[in-house]
Amino acid sequence: MKMYDLPDKRGHFGPYGGTFVAETLISALDELCKQYEYYRGDAEFQTEFFRELKHYVGRPSPIYHARRWSDHLGGAQILLKREDLNHTGAHKINNTVGQALLARRMGKSRIIAETGAGQHGVASATVAARYGMECVVYMGSEDVKRQATNVYRMKLLGATVIPVDSGSRTLKDALNEAMRDWVTNVGNTYYIIGTVAGPHPYPMMVRDFQAVIGNEARQQMQEEYGRQPDALIACVGGGSNAIGLFYPYIGEENVRMIGVEAAGKGIDTQKHAATLVTGRPGVLHGNRTYLIQDENGQIIETHSISAGLDYPGVGPEHAWLKDCGRAEYVAITDGEALAAFHALCRFEGIMPALESSHALAYAAKLAPTLRKDQLLLVNLSGRGDKDMATVAQQSGISL
Amino acid sequence: MNRIESVFSRLKSQDKAALIPFITAGDPDSATTVALMHQLTRSGVDLIELGVPFSDPMADGPTIQRSSERALKHHISLKDVLAMVAQFRKMNQSTPVVLMGYANPIEAMGYKRFVEEASRSGVDGVLVVDYPPEESAEWVRHLKDQGIDPIFLLSPTTPESRVKHVAELAKGYVYYVSLKGVTGASHLDLQDVSSKLSQLRAHIRIPIGVGFGIRDEQTARSIAERADAVVIGSRIVEEIEHSQAADLLANVGALVESLRHAIDARSNHSSDIG
Ligand SMILES: Cc1ncc(COP(=O)(O)O)c(C=O)c1O
Repeated sequence: MKMYDLPDKRGHFGPYGGTFVAETLISALDELCKQYEYYRGDAEFQTEFFRELKHYVGRPSPIYHARRWSDHLGGAQILLKREDLNHTGAHKINNTVGQALLARRMGKSRIIAETGAGQHGVASATVAARYGMECVVYMGSEDVKRQATNVYRMKLLGATVIPVDSGSRTLKDALNEAMRDWVTNVGNTYYIIGTVAGPHPYPMMVRDFQAVIGNEARQQMQEEYGRQPDALIACVGGGSNAIGLFYPYIGEENVRMIGVEAAGKGIDTQKHAATLVTGRPGVLHGNRTYLIQDENGQIIETHSISAGLDYPGVGPEHAWLKDCGRAEYVAITDGEALAAFHALCRFEGIMPALESSHALAYAAKLAPTLRKDQLLLVNLSGRGDKDMATVAQQSGISL
Repeated sequence: MNRIESVFSRLKSQDKAALIPFITAGDPDSATTVALMHQLTRSGVDLIELGVPFSDPMADGPTIQRSSERALKHHISLKDVLAMVAQFRKMNQSTPVVLMGYANPIEAMGYKRFVEEASRSGVDGVLVVDYPPEESAEWVRHLKDQGIDPIFLLSPTTPESRVKHVAELAKGYVYYVSLKGVTGASHLDLQDVSSKLSQLRAHIRIPIGVGFGIRDEQTARSIAERADAVVIGSRIVEEIEHSQAADLLANVGALVESLRHAIDARSNHSSDIG
């Protein structure tokens, strides 16, 4: 493969990505591009970013060998990149720290964010508190109900949570509403998008901040195992934890990259969120990418047991990696994810987020088909404390 | 001369500003839309912007979001909207119709098929909110091939360099969004609009319409004194939302007539005598 240098100047990954927004947002995005271009090359900015990741987030996150579970599965060795050990319990904070530092340098006093599971909302509220900024989080009213604990966490951190009652009342509608807020308050407001979606420069910028995951992994693998893994496995909602792990490996073609989407109740039902596996290209939320849509181009409501994967779009870079064949995308059902959730609890004493459980479930399928000396590196994108009520409910228990 | 050019040249000779209403196709139901379009022309509008409902209307405020949701309850598709325009054209050959909406329904149909069917249905212009000029080269080529005018938005934050770019691509008229915000907001600043319009006129040779945030006769009239066209959306959609089916045409008709009256009563451009 020739040197990978996407996106182009206007944010295109092949036919995907770009800047598909209303005129009112263009100048804000242009300004963001300019500022980000400057600071991504600024040594002082990068130093502060990595200092925050070390002392505030707790990086580097270790790679842990899930030995008992691997033995039980009887095939390849499963290694976990422990993003669940980050402050606030998921990879989301890598990105919010980066963007908050940028917002501060741009002189913005107010940050807004959209959230589905609430993890990105919590990570945004956290950095807003850390840097003394006002924080408003938009969250679909359905998700507010599903993720009550995270709503309270955000409030404790001083954020205002605004339930969104339009459309399907989930993540995509929260994103619409955050965009509307941004258009209206663009003077003092910075919009922290939580995944590698949205208009340019967000997919590139969020990727760059999350790439710390893959960069650490390359070094840790070399130091601890003397080689790189045979495959990388990560769940894909918008795709930020996956691209964060994949990106530094794109040039290493003997490392397979596998993105795991939510098959919900099954990809042959209407109730799933497997965008790359089942969707068609279109335009939503500022970029061209695969979408779950009906034949008339209306966006369809998605379903997943994990709110963080419940999104009808996907980052444009994943769309490109799929089309050019560099990455593979598969889907895991609610039931398979739940089984992996319980397995990791019992075999390793680690409670994974339901999002991450999708990646684990695919690893559990793949491992037995491989040799014992092969290595699968799974991105354990978050911890499962937030999901306890959901899991209990599945077992008929109410907490 | 196409329909949009004819309308603006007639208005120019009459020294009038155009009145452009926005309604969402299929709101409150598909049967009403064509009747409503005819009512709008009877009440004195010059051009109709017809919204194509979309599940995720990112640039719209609550009023137009709800109108989109009402239309989508009846599963109104882009094809249905084109059929409504064709139906309208059977009785009306002179009032231009501009479709306004979001990219994805067009992406799903494909550029080529869309422009062919739109042209056959009698669509005169198309404004896609989330196709900014940077992403529009191929799209504009397809539209122009079929003689459909690409309508673009300009905003208070559009820098001069982009105004020039829009000036090269746009046909028919351009639509100046008079405020930072979504449709239906209400903080339009007349002073800002005036100064921005004179900047735009340095580059834009086609008519300039102003919309977003025009809710009453007073504002409509003030905008008519400054712009070539006054676009009114949320206020009309609100009237539709709050009307009983039996009164809907009459209520919207009365509202539009009062706006027409206000616009035509604008002070004379040059002499400032009312
Ligand atoms: C723990 C965890 N993993 C994964 C995701 C999915 O997001 P992404 O695909 O951007 O990593 C989320 C989103 O909320 C999450 O909380």
